[in-house]
Parts: sequence; structure tokens; C-alpha cells
Amino acid sequence: MAIDPVIGGPAGDLSTDLAAAPAEGDLPPGLGPYQLAWRRLRRNRVALSFGALFLVIVIACLLAPVYADDVAHTTLSANHITEKIKVDGKSREVVSLVGIPIGPTWHSRFFLGADRDGRDVAVRLFYGGRNSLEIGALSMLITVVLGVLLGIIAGYFRGPLDGVLSRAFDVIWAYPPVLLGVALGAVLNISGITVGPIALHAGSLVIPIMIVGIVYVPYVAKPIRGQVLGLREREFVDAARQQGLSHLRIMFGEILPNVASTIIVFVPLIMANAILLEAALSYLGAGVQPPNPSWGTMISEGIREIPAAIHLTLVPGIMLVLAVLGINVFGDGVRDALDPRARVRIGRR
Amino acid sequence: MTRFIVRRLLSAIGVLIAISVLTFLIFQTIPNGDPALRLGGRLATPSEIANIRREYGFNKPIYVQYVDTMKKILDGTVVSYSQGINIDDQIRRVLPTTLSLALGAGFIWLFFGIVFGVLTAITAGRWLDRVLTVLALIGVSCPVFFLGALVLYYLGFKAGIIPLGGYVPLTEDPWGWFTHLIAPWLVLSVLFIGFYSRVLRSTIIDTLGEDYVRTARAKGLSNRRVLVRHVLRNSLIPIISLWGLDFAQVIGGGAILTESVFNLHGVGQFAAESIGRLDIPSVLVIVMLTACAVVLLSAIVDVLYALLDPRIRLSS
Repeated sequence: MAIDPVIGGPAGDLSTDLAAAPAEGDLPPGLGPYQLAWRRLRRNRVALSFGALFLVIVIACLLAPVYADDVAHTTLSANHITEKIKVDGKSREVVSLVGIPIGPTWHSRFFLGADRDGRDVAVRLFYGGRNSLEIGALSMLITVVLGVLLGIIAGYFRGPLDGVLSRAFDVIWAYPPVLLGVALGAVLNISGITVGPIALHAGSLVIPIMIVGIVYVPYVAKPIRGQVLGLREREFVDAARQQGLSHLRIMFGEILPNVASTIIVFVPLIMANAILLEAALSYLGAGVQPPNPSWGTMISEGIREIPAAIHLTLVPGIMLVLAVLGINVFGDGVRDALDPRARVRIGRR
Repeated sequence: MTRFIVRRLLSAIGVLIAISVLTFLIFQTIPNGDPALRLGGRLATPSEIANIRREYGFNKPIYVQYVDTMKKILDGTVVSYSQGINIDDQIRRVLPTTLSLALGAGFIWLFFGIVFGVLTAITAGRWLDRVLTVLALIGVSCPVFFLGALVLYYLGFKAGIIPLGGYVPLTEDPWGWFTHLIAPWLVLSVLFIGFYSRVLRSTIIDTLGEDYVRTARAKGLSNRRVLVRHVLRNSLIPIISLWGLDFAQVIGGGAILTESVFNLHGVGQFAAESIGRLDIPSVLVIVMLTACAVVLLSAIVDVLYALLDPRIRLSS
């Protein structure tokens, strides 16, 4: 990187002069930008606690089978529709005669209530979280890798290659994400798809992962391309070119670090949006297919039970919001920690 | 400049064609998706099916079918596979609802997005920034249909403040129109407000570090003038282009979730129903409508970019 904003670059805020910089004076000299960022992140309690919240949710979802076996004493799809359980000394039906399921008992069995089929909501919540988080993480990887790669290539080479790529982004971008997702999801979930040796069955989790991954590519690629268009005219790129560096070295050694802050803003945003899009597709019946649970399918099943059993909507909905919020707040903290301009501001406070 | 605009428009038409082909192909990949069988109904005899196939041209090669369908879409005579109704009439029926939704929500989210974005950027690191940032983050973390369902349950069903979904035309009952739309407007805006204010905050903070801002301050301009004339003018460019895109998408059925949770019967809900019935012509029309809106607005934004920003104009 020819311009290193942390060491010598035009460190932003002009209402304070550079005297604000020694606010980091308690740090030993000679730390790299990422070490400094890590130190800053460690001091951001809010971001860390939301990150921890997300981690707890992930671990809870991974432990779903343990919870089902040892705490709730049931399985993912076992229904207890005709059973009665004791809550605070009183015997209550799991699903009443008119079909209203029991709300949260706050005991080990049916901790968060039951659904219409007499299944344990908490158990389904953790199993469903596994699907939602898996789809979110994998499709985010697809989006970010493709988006950054294509964005840098388009912005760096310009010309006809950029023309083709940009129009391809436009084609996907012109579709509302939910509409494109639903169209692909409806079709693929009816028929499955076979691409070469890979055969995807209808109802496979890979279908929502692919759909969600592809839908958001232009949302990363276009801004990156725009930034690269500006960066490639900067002096440090000229300097690199004068030194005879290859296109590959310039793109990924010189330009990539300069768009890193944009990518870092996007990683949590895309992951959060991927989880939300999965939920939306499942709500419209084009995502995860029942009886396979995900937070989205659970919310959509719950909305159908409003107003009799609001807990069926609230439980998966709140969990989803907490998980996504955890990612977003933590991501925000990481961004602030990595952004040297934000550092000046934090130092001044 | 004229050459730039012409080239941009030509490529916009290319994108439109590509989008229609893509949509057509997505729905052609379905095996057992023979529309003749669906049009014929359950009791159709093989000869009736063959008639339908001939009448609609399903026996022709796929590219002929594509061209025929597109021709019908362009002269407004296209008919849906599943119901045999003219699609243009359908669109005309659902479009006012979606336009009402888009105009109200679009105004709300742009206004509050900019206000919150500027406030958080100029108070970066202080308590107002913290509070608004947390609110924005909660906003972008809520699925629209979850939020909508809760609003309907608590404000509609429990408190009785708002009607339980549905749409009333503005021409029939302006107050009813407003009360039916206020909740969808706000629910649809929440996500965009959160997102826009975050993007704007980060752009403004980035722009504050630019050399020309330093120059502007060095020549003695007031804080306010630097912020409005130099920082905000540049930082708003990405926001305006985002707004154009999002607004176009909402018109073209992008508010599918809001519309279905509030039962608004707009373009989005029509799209969802058509996709569910695998009704290719209806889906094609909706997608073309969206795509036209998006491509047109994005072309306009590109031209505006070039007009506003000499760096882009000179390099292209």
C-alpha cells in the first residue's frame, strides 16, 4: 500500500488538527494497522457484547440435539398433540381442544411453548437456527468473494470487460432481490436442478444458499467497481505501474487493501441480509421447505396462527432479530476499529 | 455528452432484453411445467390439450415462443396462462396501490435516511450518534413481514388504532387511503432508513477526509458551508442512486413482503401469486415493468453522475 492512512495519510477530521493523533499515545509504537484495530475493538464493549450474543446464539443452535435430548426430552418433529403437562402444579393440555397450542411454560419441557402440532418450539428454534445461520454464512461467502472479484476486475480493466460485467450486474440488480429469489426458489423447489455432475434435489438447502448468494453479488460488486474506478487513477497505482508490477499484483496488492473498509462494511451487512432474505423467501414459500425448520419458515407458520398464538411469531422473530442485530452491531464495531478516520474521532472523545 | 447518453440508453435496452430472456429461461427449466396441461384443467382430453398447445404456440421452438410472447407484451394483448385474463388490465388494477405505497414510503425513507445520516455523521462518537446508530441497526435487523405482523397484531387487532390491512383508493376515500397506508409506509421505510443513514454516515465521514474539504476549510469557509456545499453534495450522490433503484424496485413489486403482510393487492402480491402459479406471461410483464423502471432510473443516475462529477465524465 503506497498510501497508508494509519501512518502518514490524510487522517481525516479537520476540525481537530493532527495533535489528536497522540490520543493513542499509550500504545507502544510500531504496531500495524490491524493490531491497532484489534486493540480498538477490544475496548468497544458494546460491539463485543453483541458479538458475544451472536456467538451464544450460534453455539445454542449447534447444541440443538443436546437440548432436545437432555432438556426438552423430545425430538425435532415428535408431536405431543394429545399430551398433558404439569405447569406450576396445574395440568394443562399441550394443544387445547380448539387447537390453540400452549404458550411458553418457562420450564424444561415446552420452554417456549408448543406449535399447533404439539412440537416443542424451543427445539425447533435451535434446529431452525442451524439452517438459517448456515444459509446466511455460506451465501455471504459466495456474495463477497464473487462481488469483490468481479467489482475489482470491472473497475480496474474498464473497457469492454467492464461493459459486459456491469451489464450483467444491471441484469441482476434490476430484479428486486425478493422477486428474483422467489422466482428462482419457486422453480428450483419444484424441479431441482442438475448442473453437470451436481444434482440438487428440490428442497435441498443448497438451493436457498445459491439463490441468496447470487442475488446480492451486484450490491457488493457495483460499489467496489465505483471505488476502483477512482483508485486506479491515483498516484500510488501509477507508481506501482511504473515499477512494472503485474495487473494481478496491482489489483490485489495495491487496490484491494484500499477497498478493504468497504468490504468490511459489507461482510456483516450481507450476512445479515442473507439471513433476512432466507427468512423472506421461506415466508413466501420459496426458501427452506417445511417440515425442515428455519427461522423464516417458523415465522411464516406463526403468522398464520395470529391472533390465537402470538408466541409462534414472536419467538422465532425475536431470535432472528437478535442474531441479525448481533452481527450488525459487531460489524459496526469492527468497521469503526479498522477505519483510521473513526480512530481520530474516538481518540478525541 | 450526447454520445455518453446515447450509449447508456442503448446498453439499457440490451439489459432489458437480457432480463426478459433470463426470466423466460428460468421458467422454461421446469420439467412437467407444460402450461397447456394447466390451461386445460384436470378433465381436458388429449385432443383439447393439443388444441391449446397449437393455439398458444407451445409446440413451436422456444425462441419463437419467446418472440411471440414479447410481441404480445409490447402491443398489450398478452394473456395470462392460468386465468386467460389480459395482463395489462391486471397491472392497471394493481399499479395504483403500489404507486401509493411507493410514493409515501419513498418520501419518508429518503427524508429520515438523510436526516439520521447527517446527524450521526456530525455527532460521530457522541451519544446521539450511538442512539441513532443502535436504532438504525435494529431497523435493518427486522424482517419486514415480522414487523408488519406485529404492527397489525398490536396496533390493529389489540389497540384498534389502524385497520387490519387492505387498501382503499385515494379517489374514493382520502382519509381511509391514508389510514390504510400509514402502517405499510412506516414498516416499509424502517429498513431503508436504517440502511441509508448508515451508508450516508460512512460516506460523509470518508468525504470529510478528502483533500478538497481540507482546502475548503483552509480558505476559511464556515463549517456549515463546507458541510452543505462540499461534503453533503458529494456524499448524497450514492444515496440518490440507491433511492432511485429502491424506489423503482418497490414500484416493480419489490415490496412483495409488505404488500402480502398488509394484504394490499399491489404489484408485489400479484407477482407472488403469478410466480406461485408459474404463470410465465404475468411474471414476464411484471419483471419487465420493474426492469424498465430500474434501468431507466439507473441510466438517469449515471448521466447525473457524469454531469455532477467531472472525474467520471472526463475518464469515460
